[in-house]
Amino acid sequence: MSPITRGFHGRRRSDAPGRVPPGQYVTKDFPVLSAGPTPRTALANWTFSIEGGHEPKRWTWAEFQALPAETVTVDIHCVTRWSKLDTVWTGVSLDVLLEGLEHDAAYVLAVCDGGYTTNLPVADLVGGQAWVAFNYDGSPLRPEHGGPARLLVPHLYFWKSAKWVRSLRLRDRDEAGFWERYGYNMYGDPWREQRYAGD
Amino acid sequence: MAGTAVRGRLTWQTATVGSVVDETARVRTIFLDVPDWAGHRAGQHVDVRLTAEDGYQAERAYSIASAPGETLSLTVERLEDGEVSPYLTQELRAGDEFEVRGPVGGYFVWDVADGGPLLLLAGGSGIVPLRSILRYRERLGSEVPVRLLYSSRSLADVIYRAELDAPAAGVTVIHTLTRQQPPGWTGYARRVDQEMIASVAWPAADAPLAYACGPTSFVESVASALVAFGYPPRRIRTERFGATGQ
Amino acid sequence: MEPLEAGVLDGNAIGGLLIEVFGTEMTAAVGTCGTCGTASRVAEFAVYQPGLGTVVRCRHCDNVLMVFVLAHGVTCVDLLGLASLVA
Repeated sequence: MSPITRGFHGRRRSDAPGRVPPGQYVTKDFPVLSAGPTPRTALANWTFSIEGGHEPKRWTWAEFQALPAETVTVDIHCVTRWSKLDTVWTGVSLDVLLEGLEHDAAYVLAVCDGGYTTNLPVADLVGGQAWVAFNYDGSPLRPEHGGPARLLVPHLYFWKSAKWVRSLRLRDRDEAGFWERYGYNMYGDPWREQRYAGD
Repeated sequence: MAGTAVRGRLTWQTATVGSVVDETARVRTIFLDVPDWAGHRAGQHVDVRLTAEDGYQAERAYSIASAPGETLSLTVERLEDGEVSPYLTQELRAGDEFEVRGPVGGYFVWDVADGGPLLLLAGGSGIVPLRSILRYRERLGSEVPVRLLYSSRSLADVIYRAELDAPAAGVTVIHTLTRQQPPGWTGYARRVDQEMIASVAWPAADAPLAYACGPTSFVESVASALVAFGYPPRRIRTERFGATGQ
Repeated sequence: MEPLEAGVLDGNAIGGLLIEVFGTEMTAAVGTCGTCGTASRVAEFAVYQPGLGTVVRCRHCDNVLMVFVLAHGVTCVDLLGLASLVA
């Protein structure tokens, strides 16, 4: 039994239960959390692809920028307990990227520069739930926050919003990504506090 | 006895605060009473764990400021948006309890038998484990020559200033103040660079032992400057801290 | 060897975790990278702690050497990136 440290509270839990998932606190910062060195991919070398469908789709940066993009304001929730409200991103919706692509996959594995991976159901990427985002708060997304572009899937814990995303591999099985392999939840719904496997 | 010592190191022990001393506006030294404390080596740290009433726990590592044999003390710098350091440097008072685990460290340590000459390089709160080394050296009456290069933002940010202004025999302290200098300051007034290393460091031919501690950017910079100056990498020991005010 | 970015730590920072996992002091142990073969002290490895877990990488090739994740009171330990670790 650890002794209680008088007067220590840790970060204050949120006072906005409807807005903020259980166990989270609201921050005005945007913490930079990485599992490795920041990749620095030149736009001239950047491509984004979706593989595993009837045929692969690939865009260069110029081709990607020519796609219809939208600006969205969303709340984001990190499994390390911080939540950031009303974050503004510009990106291309996965609905646009997957449009016309024939496939029978139920899952994707997102693969990123630097080797990071994470897995998601296709159903959580469509219907206006996910983007490949390249602007944050009105400016080009900085490398430390995942630039040139990252996945943005705000309804799941933010480790699923993979930084430096380069491709989505369509799969019929749910294949554990980097953190999922070590015990993080395969799905990651912050409203059901699905932080770890078995939650 | 060996079994007891190992158990002490692996388990969390209760530490009671004896007293606190504010070293600077943001930095505080905390003196602790840990009943089964097994002692430590100069340069080691402890892991500290705080438990809130609702059971929430936070853990951080802090370098030991005291020399082996002295009352155990830690020196903590308050980080702007920290979760633990604001509590330790402002709220914590005598009689409060938290847990410590340790001592920890088998690499960033100095024993008198390791010899010298010693080059100690401190960035901000990186001075803490190096000060433990200095106090240990003095307690043992060692004559190993020491040069300490200590980088701080301003004079007001220098930790242990009075102590470092009156160093033991054989110890030379060189300050560099990177952001603000007092009127009439004739010392260094910039971040450590190759030129400063060349002026301050023992020549490589003396086979010195170097210890560099502070924020990662400081340690990376001084370590590569030392290598460029001719120090073999295995004679440079490094300890990188997370964000500090530097 | 690129300089480590601000906020990246070294093996000293996980000394306590390593004692818990290995039962003994490990910061001075020599680890050999399974990818590039570079040997260095554990204290000199690059340590990333993004809050979800601890990722330890080789300074020379950036490949992952060790991963530690604490979930529901159990620490998951992955040492597959190391060719050897000698205390």
